[in-house]
Amino acid sequence: MAAINRDDVAHLARLAHIEMSAEELDRMAGELAVIVDSVKSVSEAAGDDVPATSHPIPLSNVFREDVVGHTFTAEQALSGAPDSFEGRFKVPAILDED
Amino acid sequence: MSTDAILSFEEAMEKYDPVLGFEVHVELNTKTKMFSSAPNVFGDEPNTNVNEVDLGMPGVLPVVNKTAVESSIKIGLALNCKIAEYCRFARKNYFYPDTPKNFQTSQYDEPIAYDGYLDIELSDGTVFRVEIERAHMEEDAGKLTHMGGATGRIQGADYSLVDYNRSGVPLVEIVTKPIEGAGSRAPELAKAYVAAVREIVKNLGVSDAKMERGNVRCDANVSLRPHGRERFGIRSETKNVNSLRAVEHAVRYEIQRHAAVLDSGEPVIQETRHWHEDTRTTTSGRAKSDADDYRYFPEPDLVPVLASREWVEELRATLPEPPAARRKRLQADWGYSDLEFRDVVNAGVMDSIEETIAAGASASVARKWWMGEIVGRAKTADVDPSELGVTPETIVELNKLVEGGKINNKMAAQVLDGVLAGEGTPAEIVEKRGLAVVSDDGPLLEAIDAALAAQPDVAEKIRGGKLQAIGAIVGGVMKATRGQADAGRVRELILERLGVEG
Repeated sequence: MAAINRDDVAHLARLAHIEMSAEELDRMAGELAVIVDSVKSVSEAAGDDVPATSHPIPLSNVFREDVVGHTFTAEQALSGAPDSFEGRFKVPAILDED
Repeated sequence: MSTDAILSFEEAMEKYDPVLGFEVHVELNTKTKMFSSAPNVFGDEPNTNVNEVDLGMPGVLPVVNKTAVESSIKIGLALNCKIAEYCRFARKNYFYPDTPKNFQTSQYDEPIAYDGYLDIELSDGTVFRVEIERAHMEEDAGKLTHMGGATGRIQGADYSLVDYNRSGVPLVEIVTKPIEGAGSRAPELAKAYVAAVREIVKNLGVSDAKMERGNVRCDANVSLRPHGRERFGIRSETKNVNSLRAVEHAVRYEIQRHAAVLDSGEPVIQETRHWHEDTRTTTSGRAKSDADDYRYFPEPDLVPVLASREWVEELRATLPEPPAARRKRLQADWGYSDLEFRDVVNAGVMDSIEETIAAGASASVARKWWMGEIVGRAKTADVDPSELGVTPETIVELNKLVEGGKINNKMAAQVLDGVLAGEGTPAEIVEKRGLAVVSDDGPLLEAIDAALAAQPDVAEKIRGGKLQAIGAIVGGVMKATRGQADAGRVRELILERLGVEG
């Protein structure tokens, strides 16, 4: 079994901004360990002659010419925003007073 | 806000050896963004240069801007870097409203350029080599404005407003290796390094390179260690030091602050510092923590970039002459002294002088005009000398009129005013304003005779060989002709009249 403990899961949950209960942390630690083991078996199947890849299709250099395309108006851009002010997205302040 | 204790810079230098490191972000001046076709334009109405990719909407696909990749390779080459044959983009994950995607598309362990260097010339001519660790491609984030609160800074703000126009603007981040051995030159080197990077990207034409607009932004890392110790001290990273002067001041301040911390026996805290231009100090930002666990992973929506050697060499062939080499060549060609040349560079007229010489003026004539009449007028008008509207052809023509004895220097300045006022070419203005010097000797001789008669004692001195006295007679003649005489010709005629060898 891979070593994914409860603290690792709690750390990841915090980084991902996911609130998890104590039971969920326990359960997820077990489930993630199984997933990591499964992925590991894929690594074992690939020999040294198979390079690591991040993409299933062997494509490279998919580029776009530097030509201006479409844009939204500010109204369109803000249409899904929970809150806005003077053409800008309004968000809560992130840091508290030091 | 508490004020940190600092040591004097001299004392800090006696006790400690500074190690520097820089991350310089360069905004590219492509027409569109790094991964979307929305325009890359500064200063437009908020949230109008955005589309679904920049706003991180679900299901959208980024597409890499080819010109941005080429600009990045050019920057790498200009920094003497190796260009990766194969590299990828990666997601840098964090939650902050400056990116609506909750990640920044960047590069992680496969930067497009790596292992370079830049030779930096300090003011006394010392050359210091700064090693470049890497230069990688990424995208800029949106702009936050913090509203409310006591200071207008993020601390204590009530809420923030976000403009995503800058979101997705192509960036190249240039990272140095640790810079050792700068000693007390560290602040100067810091400024000179950022200036050199800015100059290079401007010269390449890949960035507008305006620091006041944030086109070039610097994060400065500083640490101290006792003299003779190899291991680095703990560093602080001062963010967004956005003028050349501020880079110098920030490095100097952090050296003084670190020295005081170390002297007190405390360890330096590894943290982000914020630079304050008003007080010329830094304050503590956040300490490095979990928040810096960015969980980079290869960007699944983008395929790798392969830079074939042919492509790289094609790009290399388009590189302009490096700025430092160009300056050396021009100074030698023009025969200016170090001081004269530095003044020319500082006045921002080097390019204009080069064009003026190409148009047919001599190096000394070009310098006389640009550093004299034109710089003065530019200062009054509060514009760059090159933006005043003086063409190289105007200067060549003005100089021909002066050298041909048609007008004198004083009139030439008036003609220049006429050109700038749109009255026509120098020759036309001379005609229209009736500025030609009196070249018919008849009226001149009359004026000379009158001046000699008015000052017989001076005339006698000149006859006796005291040629320096001639100024008084020349002055009298110029006054009588209201400045429209050619002073050189007047002098000749006076000597002739008095039968004295000039």
